[in-house]
Amino acid sequence: MFPSRRHAPSFTLLSVVLIALIVAGTALWSSDDESVRQPPRISARHAQIDVLDGPQRQQRVQLDLTLFVPSSTPAPAVVLAHGFTGDESDLAGPARRLAARGFTVLTYSSRGFGDSTGKIALNSPDYEVTDARQLLDWMARQPEIATQDEGDPLVGVGGTSYGGALSMLLAGSDPRVDAIAPMATYNDLSETMLPNAASRNPIPASTAAHGAEGVPGVFRHLWARKLFEMATGDPTSGSTSPPSTTSSSSTAPPPSTAPGDEPLTCENFVEQLCRAYTELARTGEAGESTSRMLAAASPSSVTDNIDVPTLLVQRQDNALFGLEQADANARQITAAGGTVKMLWVDERAGRGFPPSVWEQVGDWFSRHLHEAGGARGDRPTASFSYQLAEKTDEGSETERSTLVAERYPGLEEKSVPRFALPLRGGATKVINPPGGSANSPPAPRNNDSAEEDGASSGVATSPPNTPSPEGDERPAAQTAVFESRRSEQDVRITGVPQTELSVTSVPGQPGDDTAVLFARLLDVGPDGSRTPLGGSSAAIRVTDLAENGAPGTVDVALPPTVHTLKSGHRLRLRLSTTDAAYSSPEEAAVHRVAPAGRNTISLPSVPAEPVEETSPPYGALIGIGTFTILIIAGTVLAIRFERSRRRPPEPELTHVPLSVEGVGKSYPRSPDAVRDLSVRVEPGQIVGLLGPNGAGKTTLLRIVLGLTRAEEGRVRIFGHGITPSAPVLSRVGGVVESPGLLPHLTGLENLRSHWEATGRPLEQARLDEVVRIAALGEFANHKARTYGPGMRQRVALAQAMLGMPDLLVLDEPMNALDPAHTQRMREVIREYASTGRSVLLSSHLLDEVEKTCTHVVVLREGRRVAGGTTEELIAADSVTAFHVDQPERAARTLEGIEGIGKVEVRSDAVYAELAGHPTALAVNALVNSEVSINRVGPHRKLEDAFLELVGEER
Amino acid sequence: MRGKSDLAPEAVEEIGRTSGADGSAPGYRANRTLPLNVELRRQLSRKRTRVVLGCLIALPALLIAAFALGGDGRPGQRATDLGDLAVLNGSNFAVFTLLLCTHLLLVLTVALFFGDAVASESSWASLRYLATIPVPRHRLLRQKAIVAGLLSGLGLCVLALSALAMGTAWYGTGALITPDNGVLTGPWSAFVLPAVCGYLAVHLTWVASLALLFSVSTSNPLAAVGASVGISVLSQLLDNISRLGELRLLLPTHHATAWVDLLDSRIDWTSMANGALSATVYASVFTTAALVRFQRSDITS
Repeated sequence: MFPSRRHAPSFTLLSVVLIALIVAGTALWSSDDESVRQPPRISARHAQIDVLDGPQRQQRVQLDLTLFVPSSTPAPAVVLAHGFTGDESDLAGPARRLAARGFTVLTYSSRGFGDSTGKIALNSPDYEVTDARQLLDWMARQPEIATQDEGDPLVGVGGTSYGGALSMLLAGSDPRVDAIAPMATYNDLSETMLPNAASRNPIPASTAAHGAEGVPGVFRHLWARKLFEMATGDPTSGSTSPPSTTSSSSTAPPPSTAPGDEPLTCENFVEQLCRAYTELARTGEAGESTSRMLAAASPSSVTDNIDVPTLLVQRQDNALFGLEQADANARQITAAGGTVKMLWVDERAGRGFPPSVWEQVGDWFSRHLHEAGGARGDRPTASFSYQLAEKTDEGSETERSTLVAERYPGLEEKSVPRFALPLRGGATKVINPPGGSANSPPAPRNNDSAEEDGASSGVATSPPNTPSPEGDERPAAQTAVFESRRSEQDVRITGVPQTELSVTSVPGQPGDDTAVLFARLLDVGPDGSRTPLGGSSAAIRVTDLAENGAPGTVDVALPPTVHTLKSGHRLRLRLSTTDAAYSSPEEAAVHRVAPAGRNTISLPSVPAEPVEETSPPYGALIGIGTFTILIIAGTVLAIRFERSRRRPPEPELTHVPLSVEGVGKSYPRSPDAVRDLSVRVEPGQIVGLLGPNGAGKTTLLRIVLGLTRAEEGRVRIFGHGITPSAPVLSRVGGVVESPGLLPHLTGLENLRSHWEATGRPLEQARLDEVVRIAALGEFANHKARTYGPGMRQRVALAQAMLGMPDLLVLDEPMNALDPAHTQRMREVIREYASTGRSVLLSSHLLDEVEKTCTHVVVLREGRRVAGGTTEELIAADSVTAFHVDQPERAARTLEGIEGIGKVEVRSDAVYAELAGHPTALAVNALVNSEVSINRVGPHRKLEDAFLELVGEER
Repeated sequence: MRGKSDLAPEAVEEIGRTSGADGSAPGYRANRTLPLNVELRRQLSRKRTRVVLGCLIALPALLIAAFALGGDGRPGQRATDLGDLAVLNGSNFAVFTLLLCTHLLLVLTVALFFGDAVASESSWASLRYLATIPVPRHRLLRQKAIVAGLLSGLGLCVLALSALAMGTAWYGTGALITPDNGVLTGPWSAFVLPAVCGYLAVHLTWVASLALLFSVSTSNPLAAVGASVGISVLSQLLDNISRLGELRLLLPTHHATAWVDLLDSRIDWTSMANGALSATVYASVFTTAALVRFQRSDITS
């Protein structure tokens, strides 16, 4: 054996472990695991600060604020402004999230909200914006906040709804703001309160969600009423929803009376706002001062001054602040030189934005406030993304996927692609019922929850007094319906669909020169199912109609939506004269409407790629791949190595069943278990290893069977060197130490299972024969665990003989056998050898060896002390013992016999090698010399030697 | 003498017939020893195997009984825990059962089958007889490991299917409801349970290989099983110490429940891939160690 061979496997193991550690370490660390990162420590600090505002800056207001401080300061700051009716606690969650990303985050209650004093002035430049500027002053003095210059904090401003507008108003009036993230907010307040989706002028089609931006339209009284209720702290509605989720405005009970009839107590509003509100609620129109006030409170007044990076987040189906508001903001800020990223999210339910949106806000501020490359979050930022919500086939569940485009089209370069669907339907007369919106049915029209239920209910637009649920084809009804052709392909509608309508007065019918209509777009499936698109109706107000019925053509911006129009579906444009959310004219009127111009609906469709929200775990995959390859390579190498170790058989020994030459083996506890031992077994021999316990018999047998490796010397079976599980061992059967039976199987099953494990054909096993030889009898069918030692031994012997191996190796075969079975087993072994096969057995019983074996090897302390044929050891070398009364005399007499061998006197007897002389001769000689003989018998050297060994042991 | 008749005459002629250059007996081929079906039959005929599989089948019934005893009706709309969701339908119950069993029971099952594989043969003293057939040691280990793997896989499937069947029988059918109150529908939902089982199978290879290593190192099956489970428990213990920070990534059990990510319409594979990598690495190291050890050591018992 070469020493290197024994060490080779440990090198393999070592290298595998090393490579494993390196690969695993790299791969695991390279792939980011959020769950393990330590939660950063964030402390919150409450404060009240006094600010001066008002037209003359003389009103003192106390603002309630909280500062969320990250573990490492000074840090860039982020101001988060809450929505209408909220307070600073609304945004505590997002604030902590941003603070965890290394920002000092300030949330505060705007004047009139929360614990802050003062009255609401609706983001007036004199009030709220002034307050915010003084907040920046205060922040610049705080040690936790990084500054750029004296009094100039490094700060980003974000906010939802009302607060989002504030972020823009502040950025437009204070150059210290470095980045903003207005969310779900407006561009022009008068457009959202008095929307008009119709315009005499062509609506630009370059951007996806361009609104009509027409003359003031129809008062959204439901929302205004709600706003009022919230601001006056009406307990029934103040806690439900801010206007940022105005889609839910329709869930509030519609007014039972006209809003103008309600008493107004503007306790929370500044006087100017109170007057404006009262005017709007009473007349549904904005006077000059009101218009001025709304304009000043609108971000549109300052967007030409905003050149900081802006992240616009807008809800896709928001009824109040629609996508067209974000579109306008984006256009105006881009024109002013700001960078705009646009994010449309599909969030109908819930008042807040989901964490993923706030993470994007954090990304945005990280990108623009943290030092370049210094912080996380420098992921590539797409300039425009929107979410596609698709109803799955099974109903209520929506699958949402985010799609990303490189930029929001139409801002700087090419326009948004548009699809045109032809619109069919003749001119239809529509009636505005007297009383306007007061006659509107209370529910469930224009109700989001009803709309989500699909077409089964709730889309009927006619009031209950109109029996037909649709009223579609009636020549005169409250509703006009036009349908498009079926779409021939899937069209992804992203933004504001546009169409052209002609609206005319009908001579002879009531009605003035102004028509008010509410437009709604529905997706009609091939099976007639209808899905309304967008969060609310688009209010259309057409003025200056010719009395004589000459057509007035308007461009109409339909409700913004993000929706996939499947092929085979068609669009239905529904125009009705009433809508619960709006004030419609009280006078009865009849108008005729018809598609006009190109008679199409133009659908914006921004091409975008779906974004994988997580990148594939490349690190781990590469790691697994590397590892698989390494393991395969290692296996191949190991097999080659194994093959290269095979040696050809020794030609001279191919017919020698067993040849053991100079074998040695030591164990830690017994240094020389076997030393320099040589044994040879020829065909037909039964060789017995004789020795006391511990002489090394079993160790030798283990080495022969390849269970134990010899440290020196060679073992060959039929000339083949023995290594663990060398194939030639298949010609050897054996019993070593104890029988090994599976306790849950019967003896017979054990034999069969063992043979099956060899994979050799069953007919070679000669099972029946072996069972008969071993005399297993009926016990063969009992479970092995019930066997006594004798039966176990017999089954083990039978197992060893399965297949009639050429060499049987038996360790103490007669152990535990009763005399009858011992006798029988002896015969079996002798018979076995007589067929030319060989047997090597061990025993510590001389008698046993003598009766069974043809050859004997005597072992003592691991060494061979004697060996030869049994005959030789018993007969040829044997001496005769004479037990006599006078040993000395007897010895002299015997020595006198001619040709006699050695004579020895021991205590009780004389031992003589008669060397061929008959015993009678010696007896005669002794009798003649008057020695009286007690007993004469053979005395064997073998026994002598053996007893000597045993005696030593004792 | 009877012995004469016991040995057929043709026995004499067969002596010295060999089948090949390696000197093996006729019909012997090293790569046909210990066929899988033989080993599988050896294991399946054991009472232990049947008891374990039986327990896995019965476990869901126990859970249902526990729910019925302690339950106070169905949870509200806002159940966010897989445990609360378990009583909604069969699929959820199956997922919850797997979650319960991930940390200990499945580890125990796998450790039992693998830790017992070689050690039990040692304890019966039958290992040396397999080695003298001779079944090459690497093959012996491979066949044992494959059968143990098959039994473990069977156990996992039996548990999942039993939970699904009993859950469906008791709580009714329905689409899988995820903790964020989403409903998994469409073709993917049918693959969630198999995918969970698949991930668990990959993840548990580390326990399997560790148990195999212990199995070849000792002749006491219980010691091998106990040591493997013990190390798993220890790893889970350390995983709870947040001070260890990112070091916990290296713990073999760190990614044990990464399959929960599958219960989402948008699946984040990162954690599962890391778990698969971690398991692969551990399994390779332990398996190599087991092979080297088994190949080198003397078979003494």
